[in-house]
Amino acid sequence: MAIFQVNTATTLMDTIETVPIRTVTDIVIARQRGRDRALSMRFSETEATLIATIISELARNIVLYAQHGEILIGSLDNPPRRGISIVSRDEGPGIADVQRALLGGYSTSGGLGLGLCGVRRMVDEFQLETAPGKGTTVAVKKWAR
Amino acid sequence: MDVPILKQRDYLIASIQAVLTDRDLLNLRDKLVQQVGNFRSKGVILDVTGLDVMDSFSVRTLRDMAHMIRLRGADTVIVGIQPEVAFAMVQLGLSLEGVPTALDLEEGLAYLGRIPKRPVPKHRP
Repeated sequence: MAIFQVNTATTLMDTIETVPIRTVTDIVIARQRGRDRALSMRFSETEATLIATIISELARNIVLYAQHGEILIGSLDNPPRRGISIVSRDEGPGIADVQRALLGGYSTSGGLGLGLCGVRRMVDEFQLETAPGKGTTVAVKKWAR
Repeated sequence: MDVPILKQRDYLIASIQAVLTDRDLLNLRDKLVQQVGNFRSKGVILDVTGLDVMDSFSVRTLRDMAHMIRLRGADTVIVGIQPEVAFAMVQLGLSLEGVPTALDLEEGLAYLGRIPKRPVPKHRP
C-alpha cells in the first residue's frame, strides 16, 4: 500500500548525502548531519532541532524494524524558498497496517519508536511507500519558515 | 558516552553533557535505578541540557526511569530542557506524563527540597 502526495519541488541530486543506518550510533550520526545541513541552509535553531528529531525517529524505525537501511538528506530546488528533503529507506518487513501506523500510539516493537504519525505532523510533505516483505520508504519535505 | 553521576547529600545528579545513543540512555537509566539504592538517595536530578533531541524513545526512557526511581522510593526531576527541544517535543506530541521538570539544576534542587519527607509508618507497641 502506498500513500502519495503531490510533489511541489525536486531534490537537487548533487546535494544528496547518504547516511547508512545499522546501529544506534548511526541514528545519532544521521540526525547530526541533518541538523548541520539545516543550519547551513539558514534554518533556525528550532527548525534544525525539528529536522534532527524527525531523522532520529525515522532512523530508529530502520534499526528497530529493518536492522539496516539508509537516510538520504537533500536540499530542495525551489528558490527563493529553502527546503530540506529526508528519505528513509529500508528493505525490512514493511508495514502491514499503514492506517494504524499513522495513528498515534501504534507500535509493534514493544512500544518503542515508530512515531510516524508524529513525523507526519511535523513536516510539510509526507510520502510513505511500504508493503509487507517489500521494505519501507518514507520521504518527507520541510520548508524553512 | 558514560554520564557521570554525582552524589550530593541525599540527591544524585546526572548531567548529560554530550549526545547520547539509545544504548547510553538505557545504561544511564539502569545505573540511576541501581545507585538510588546504593546511596539511599531521596531524589534524582537529571540534567538533559546536552541532549540534542528528545524523540519518542528518549521521552519514553526518561519517563520509565522516573517511574522506576519512584518505585525505589526516590523522586526524580528533569532539568535543562532547551527551548527548541521543548518545541519539537510539543510538535511531536510527546509528553513526560507527570514527571516533574524544572528550569535548571538550581531550580531542580529547590524543587526536591520542597517535597515533604514521607511519613515513617508507626509500629504498634
